[in-house]
Amino acid sequence: MGTVSLQKVNVIGLQKVDYKGNDSTLCAGCGHDSIASQIITAFYEMGIKPENVIKLSGIGCSSKSPAYFMNRAWGFNTLHGRMAAVATGALTANHHLIGIGVSGDGDTGSIGLGNFKHMVRRNVRMVYIIENNGVYGLTKGQFSATADVGQELKHAGRNELPPIDLCMEAITAECGFVARSFAGDPKQVVTLIKAALSHRGTAVIDIISPCVTFNNHDDSTKSYVWGKTNDDRINDFTYVPHQEEITVDYEEGEVKEVTLHDGSHILLKKVDSKHDPTDRAAAIKLLEEAREKQLFITGLLYVDNRRPNLAETLRLNGTPLVHVPAERLRPSRESLEKILNSMK
Amino acid sequence: MIASVQPSQQAGLHEETLASRSPVVNDFSIMVATKNGSGSQTANTTLLRALFKMGIPVSGKNLFPSNIQGMPTWYTIRANKNGFVARRPHAEIVVTLNPATALEDYQSVQSGGFFMYADDIKLPLSRSDISHYPIPVKKLATENEKEPKLRTYVANMVYVGALAQLLGIDLADIESALLFHFKGKRKPVESNMKVVRLAHEWAAENLIKTDPFRVERMNATEGLIMIDGNTAGALGAIYGGVTFAAWYPITPATGLADALNHFLPQLRTDPQTGAPTYAVVQAEDELAALGMVVGAGWVGARAMTSTSGPGISLMTEFTGLAYFAEVPAVIWDVQRVGPSTGMPTRVSQGDVLKVYFLGHGDTKHPCYIPGNVKECFEFGWRAFDLAERLQTPVFVLSDLDLGMNQWMSEPFDYPDQPMDRGKVLSAEDLKRLGGFARYRDVDGDGIGYRTLPGTDHPLAAYFARGTGHNERAQLSERPEDWENNMVRLARKFETARRLMPKPIAEYVEGAEVGIISYGSADPAVQEARAMLAEAGLKTSYLRLRALPLEQTTTEFIAAHRRCYVVELNSDAQMLQLLRLHAPEYATRLHAANHSDGLPLTAEWISTAVQAGEGSANRA
Ligand SMILES: Cc1ncc(C[n+]2csc(CCOP(=O)(O)OP(=O)(O)O)c2C)c(N)n1
Ligand code: SF4
Ligand SMILES: [Mg+2]
Repeated sequence: MGTVSLQKVNVIGLQKVDYKGNDSTLCAGCGHDSIASQIITAFYEMGIKPENVIKLSGIGCSSKSPAYFMNRAWGFNTLHGRMAAVATGALTANHHLIGIGVSGDGDTGSIGLGNFKHMVRRNVRMVYIIENNGVYGLTKGQFSATADVGQELKHAGRNELPPIDLCMEAITAECGFVARSFAGDPKQVVTLIKAALSHRGTAVIDIISPCVTFNNHDDSTKSYVWGKTNDDRINDFTYVPHQEEITVDYEEGEVKEVTLHDGSHILLKKVDSKHDPTDRAAAIKLLEEAREKQLFITGLLYVDNRRPNLAETLRLNGTPLVHVPAERLRPSRESLEKILNSMK
Repeated sequence: MIASVQPSQQAGLHEETLASRSPVVNDFSIMVATKNGSGSQTANTTLLRALFKMGIPVSGKNLFPSNIQGMPTWYTIRANKNGFVARRPHAEIVVTLNPATALEDYQSVQSGGFFMYADDIKLPLSRSDISHYPIPVKKLATENEKEPKLRTYVANMVYVGALAQLLGIDLADIESALLFHFKGKRKPVESNMKVVRLAHEWAAENLIKTDPFRVERMNATEGLIMIDGNTAGALGAIYGGVTFAAWYPITPATGLADALNHFLPQLRTDPQTGAPTYAVVQAEDELAALGMVVGAGWVGARAMTSTSGPGISLMTEFTGLAYFAEVPAVIWDVQRVGPSTGMPTRVSQGDVLKVYFLGHGDTKHPCYIPGNVKECFEFGWRAFDLAERLQTPVFVLSDLDLGMNQWMSEPFDYPDQPMDRGKVLSAEDLKRLGGFARYRDVDGDGIGYRTLPGTDHPLAAYFARGTGHNERAQLSERPEDWENNMVRLARKFETARRLMPKPIAEYVEGAEVGIISYGSADPAVQEARAMLAEAGLKTSYLRLRALPLEQTTTEFIAAHRRCYVVELNSDAQMLQLLRLHAPEYATRLHAANHSDGLPLTAEWISTAVQAGEGSANRA
């Protein structure tokens, strides 16, 4: 008999639902959620077996994301800013696992900046996504280190400090895959994640992911305060307005102005085909120019596949360390006797 | 006797009377004072090992500064035919090459002992109760070494030769000690031996021995090895199957990672593939070091790190995570003196409370406390079995004295048990069970079953987190879930209590006084007990080897009217834990704690106990 499945499956015979996670508990319209769906799409389309995947994060709204994709993969919601270290250990002990990490701009750019750069420097093979909203979402709206100079927030006031560009940090730490995207550009996000999954070492994707709740300054018509004073129903301090996700679709080389929920604007520019992503100096120049013009260049900024990853540096070419059987982990009785005799 | 020798003239003294004393054989302490970075370590460990090779029980302790070059450093060697190897408060034999400390060194010589010094050091030699031996260190070093840069180094071998002559240390044993030091390389051994012989000859021709100290070959060290605790711990870890180690340099723990790096390539390179069966990563800080270990432990590696107090502070948050997410990890704390940077090159047992409760919220951890190098090895491998069995961070509390100094020991026993990899479900298990709940207490021991990433079953995965969770590892902030989980963790801790090594109790018939101690304090306690016995005070002894405490300890306290808790810290930390453990006997427990950066001495312990007994008897 047999029934013909009408469900679409990927190359390893899994359906997209097999890549699903729990329901999100983030604010409706949060950029982080759309990234989670693109992660699902990328892994599904790449035909990666979820059981071979570890998904890690630090602490923050962004870092909750691993719970919202691939329930059949092992998750580890680690410590604030410390996912890089945990991933380093996990992917060294079993270098056959496929690692994806999700972090926030506070998680990576402030508390975890040191560990992040050292993981990149070691070139641990993994996809490292930063869901960058320029604020601390989970602790309710403080500035993060990626906030723009002059940016204003309801509680935090005005940011007077220059932003840290995490793509620049990655490049100067010798990262071999550096990309930037926007959460509302599913096509680009999926394409970059897929490319990142094929990378030999650490692949960093900094994804601008607006916080619909805390990127709110008073004079913006879509701000939290505006809503509060203009809508009688809003008298609950913890009320979070329901927002629609912002999506964009634009072409290579095109500059796109995006209006965020709070009424502010960001400029996105897709790298055009003239940019040679294998040219490190060109990538740095591009980021410098973008910084001057206060726009975000999106796309693959830099790629270099030549540097060995950490597992290669450690010569872990064969069986993953965790699969070495016990009898090969304990040297012989004779070897111990020999050492002890030499200490007599 | 000969009154024309220069030293006695200088001091104008009664060295004839000194010389007529009966010989003191195999029972003395030597203290060598040099400048840090002058290369005296080779000379000192050579003397130490030569005595060891002559069959005489010895210990060597390096009392060094936190400095690379120039600051004063002392090395003490104790030889004792009865096997007592704790530090002595004073040395009978003092050698100084360091003008900066010479006066202090001179004054410290135990009455009846001797003072050997570089003859260019100008000192008022006023003591008549010791012998004086000036040595032309510069002259001999210059004669022997054309290269000025190496002269200070060679100078150290001068006192080795002179001491060998005065004490009767066999030059053949000096040579084999040097061979050990230079790992069998003849050339450096030859050049060092040249100086040793020269100084030996010079001493024979020019010094008149007026002190009573000498050595005689015996066979008390036959079959023994000499090793430091850090190397022993590293070997233990290697035979325990360590697969992943991450560390950050810190005195006094660095030697442990060094030893891993030294022995792993030879012991754990797969003969078939040539690939290592381990990975060692030097992390960017201790946060990352333990983070890596937690990541590795989570995916199924036997993972460890080694550090000291300041590093432990940085590991606090990850320890809490590993405790709550239930990830195995082995953490060595080779303790040094705090608070803060404190005295980074000096010993203490000051991390006991901190480590036991490391984390935030309600955390507590199994801790091994090795009391000798043999236990460093044994606990080194057992810690992995325990960490994987309990799925939790396991600490090993060593210290600078144990870790960095050379100790005699019985050879280590090869692990007598197969590795215990704990409760891990395979894909087949999952097929049979139809799934699992990560944090469910199926067996009543508080330990759940885990799966390792990569296990090929759709129901194998779970989500590890430091946030509140239910039995199925799902995020939960339900009060019942939280409490159930904490109750289970408490049950797991009771399992830990059962699995830890028991204390070693030595009951003495009729003793009303007990001594409770642990770690590197052991040799001083043993000797103190002999001293107390001689003074008419019988003592029983309980040496703790782990936390949490258990019933053996309660029984020991119950069996004695007074127990003195001997430990090397300022806050009497173990005493506090003992009082919590056995509150009904709290008043029987008395502090005998001390911390000045130096290893405890038997003299200090016996005085402290006697003082305690004095006031107890007056009361
Ligand atoms: C050691 C430590 N310090 C502080 C916190 C509190 N904390 C939680 S999330 C967060 C900031 C998160 O910001 P980000 O990484 O940008 O994530 P977002 O919520 O914006 O996605 C902070 C400071 C913590 N969890 N741990
Ligand atoms: S607070 Fe901001 S970052 Fe956090 S879930 Fe809400 S929208 Fe997303
Ligand atoms: Mg953020």
